[in-house]
Amino acid sequence: MSENKKQNYLNHPKGLMSWILTLDHKRIGLMYLVSGILFFFLGGLLALVMRFELAAPGNDVISNEVYNNAYTLHGAIMIFLFIIPAIPGALGNILLPLMVGAKDVAFPRLNLASFYIYSFGALFAMYTIINGGVDTGWTFYTPYSTQSSSNVVPMTLGIFIIGFSSILTGLNFIATIHKMRIPGLTWYKLPLFVWALYGTSLVQITATPVLAITMVLLMLERFLGIGIFDPALGGDPVLYQHFFWFYSHPAVYIMILPAFGIISEIIPVHSRKKIWGYKFIAYSTLSIAFIGFLVWGHHMFTSGQSVFSQIVFSFITYFVGIPTGVKIFSWILTMYKGQVSFTPPMMYALAFLFLFTIGGLTGIFLGAVALDIHLHDTYFVVAHFHYVMQGGTIVAFLGGLHHWWPKSFGVMYNQTVANIAALGVFIGFNGTFFPQFLLGLRGMPRRYATYDEQFVELHSYSTFWSGILGLSIFLAIMNLFWSFIRKNKVDPGSNPWGGMSLEWTHTSSPPHPHNFEEEPVLQHGPYDYDKVIVEKTYNK
Amino acid sequence: MLDRLAEYLFPKQVSTYASDIDSLFFFIFYASVVLFVIVVFGMLYFSIRYRHRAGEDLKLTSSKDHSSLLESLFFIIPLILVSITFVWGIRSYLQMVIVPDDAIEIKVTGQSWFWTFDYPDGGTTLNELVVPSNKPVKLVLSSKDVLHSFFIPVMRSKMDCLPNRYNVMWFDSTKEGVYDIFCTEYCGTGHSNMGAKVIVMKAAQYDEWASELGSEDDDLPLDELGAKLYTKKACNTCHTLDGSALVGPSYLQTSQMWGQERVFDDGSSSVIDDNYVRSSILEPMTQIVAGYQGVMPTYQGLLSDRELDALIAFLKTLNEDSQI
Repeated sequence: MSENKKQNYLNHPKGLMSWILTLDHKRIGLMYLVSGILFFFLGGLLALVMRFELAAPGNDVISNEVYNNAYTLHGAIMIFLFIIPAIPGALGNILLPLMVGAKDVAFPRLNLASFYIYSFGALFAMYTIINGGVDTGWTFYTPYSTQSSSNVVPMTLGIFIIGFSSILTGLNFIATIHKMRIPGLTWYKLPLFVWALYGTSLVQITATPVLAITMVLLMLERFLGIGIFDPALGGDPVLYQHFFWFYSHPAVYIMILPAFGIISEIIPVHSRKKIWGYKFIAYSTLSIAFIGFLVWGHHMFTSGQSVFSQIVFSFITYFVGIPTGVKIFSWILTMYKGQVSFTPPMMYALAFLFLFTIGGLTGIFLGAVALDIHLHDTYFVVAHFHYVMQGGTIVAFLGGLHHWWPKSFGVMYNQTVANIAALGVFIGFNGTFFPQFLLGLRGMPRRYATYDEQFVELHSYSTFWSGILGLSIFLAIMNLFWSFIRKNKVDPGSNPWGGMSLEWTHTSSPPHPHNFEEEPVLQHGPYDYDKVIVEKTYNK
Repeated sequence: MLDRLAEYLFPKQVSTYASDIDSLFFFIFYASVVLFVIVVFGMLYFSIRYRHRAGEDLKLTSSKDHSSLLESLFFIIPLILVSITFVWGIRSYLQMVIVPDDAIEIKVTGQSWFWTFDYPDGGTTLNELVVPSNKPVKLVLSSKDVLHSFFIPVMRSKMDCLPNRYNVMWFDSTKEGVYDIFCTEYCGTGHSNMGAKVIVMKAAQYDEWASELGSEDDDLPLDELGAKLYTKKACNTCHTLDGSALVGPSYLQTSQMWGQERVFDDGSSSVIDDNYVRSSILEPMTQIVAGYQGVMPTYQGLLSDRELDALIAFLKTLNEDSQI
């Protein structure tokens, strides 16, 4: 108990300036976490406004213009302000140096700069909202985006700026993983979350510049009419789609790889079992990151690209599916002959396996060109990527938060409430998005503010369950924050789940400002549950 | 049972290749269901069978983390399944892109926010694509402004409309009827209202229809012709008759303000009369009603003088009788 009262990164040093100018990766991670969750709520609120409007066919709640702004901002905020920066930025920042036994990331000042660049970019996005929104969709397809009178420039400028934060964080993580590991912590002894961050960072530094260039070209097109995308000046709108998806498909892996990493930590720890196929999971992370660069054309199956391109992109798309499938089987086999505890993080991990499998399998439907032509730009696609992004990434993120919450803040949340919220997220999510597969099969196009009578029933189901989903997510996050602010803190000890990687075995909860009170010495690998028994410091 | 499921999941199958595409769907669907059941069953079985029971001591667990047989199966079975899917997907796709030589060619133009169809023997329709059954129809698609996408769910076909080049799609309809067309590429405020219908009729009936196309409805009174044109020329996409504002001002409001001043977004104003309505249809961007966006396309060349007269006559009748 007295251990908890000791100096930790939250209470030392004190004062506002010590936070604003902090170089501590844990504090920077916490700032990412708070801003990320605020944007998550904002994006979620916009989603609920949209679902509310779609409960019935006509314009009952909001007009077409407001709807178009809402869906554009929902997508842009969730992707560019929450998922891409906040998951590596929050969980990655807090955990990476702890996991490799370092005092901080390789470039602490650069790390703080990344956060401020992200905040600066976010200001432009907020300006966009205050100034009347933007209505182009988060994809900013030309020529609509070059003609729209809404705030395309502030929003794309914001995204351009946030891109630099992403690149610098990636650079920092790669340097940290290469150079800051303690002696003896070889590549194959790294926790798989570190491998996942490594893959993510590689994609961030290689793909994000393409997005930045695309956004600059779009702005130049609007200001100067350089005629690269505008057909009236000899440009080509399909070229924009190539540029955009060359970044934005790899960006899908920026979003999902950290989730794979989180699941690869939660399942072995809460099953007390050596992870199945360590090397396979590690290498598949890198191969998915690489193949992810070669499949962007499947976003353009109806754009009129050549038959040969269609065939090639369809072919390569399946090669992302196979390593992903083997990962899922590896996670399941990890539980074989383990000691599985149904803790909140584990509940999220199981929910992830269920939801992400649906998300992945429905990708196979979309990879088949002939079938994609029917499903393209319908609700089937909407459901598919929400199963991957929310059912996959955000469920894993919530699992990761619950897993590392006692470590990061030295408090334990109410586990019963957490499990109820997890169940609510699972049921609410399926209730919201499963009907959307059926809508898509029947031909309901996406980005519609009003729709045909024939789709009413499924839309109203989806809206009903989206309310449950929203409430459950709110409950989950509030339950976490409640544990943080209430007075009679429950001390989880330094290793509540009996984890084996350095952040569990060698740091206090919350960690010391310098992470480790003495140089950590590696005693075992991160998943050696067959060799060493690590006691749990918290039992309920 | 399979038919019932197909009927529940999909719209009707009207094109010749629709059934093949639906079969591909069901192949992937059943393979996915099997894989999904294995995943969920494995996950539930292992997590419950090997759960940590209350009071049980923590113990060292199995060091098994590898099985060459299982891992090869995980590669080989999905590889076989996706190979079948890939080949099937491409074979069906080739059916969809290779247009038969004897196809009738219809030009499709997307424009914010309506569709124009130009027929081979002359004549144009708006938001109503009329095609013969059991005869291949080739659509040559383009756009006059931003991107649109032309989607006919019952045909299982869709193609983007680009402003700088032509895209092609084709189908051969097997069943007569009236079916939905949707725009599936976001194109602004009126995107969700940019629907149209495809009317599939017997070949003989189509020929008769096509030969009459282009001749005016001379025998109809002007206001009745105007009421027809209101939907036929897609005015209804943006202008309501009940006074509510959609993309543009309601016809009812314009009708009620007949003879009064209307204020435009540049501060100028004009009296609403026949000439105002005519110029609003032919040169919509010159006078934009305050509070609305200037987004209406010109109807120059799309309406004859008699049709313009008809729309004006129709608009005037709304004041007394808004029940149309």
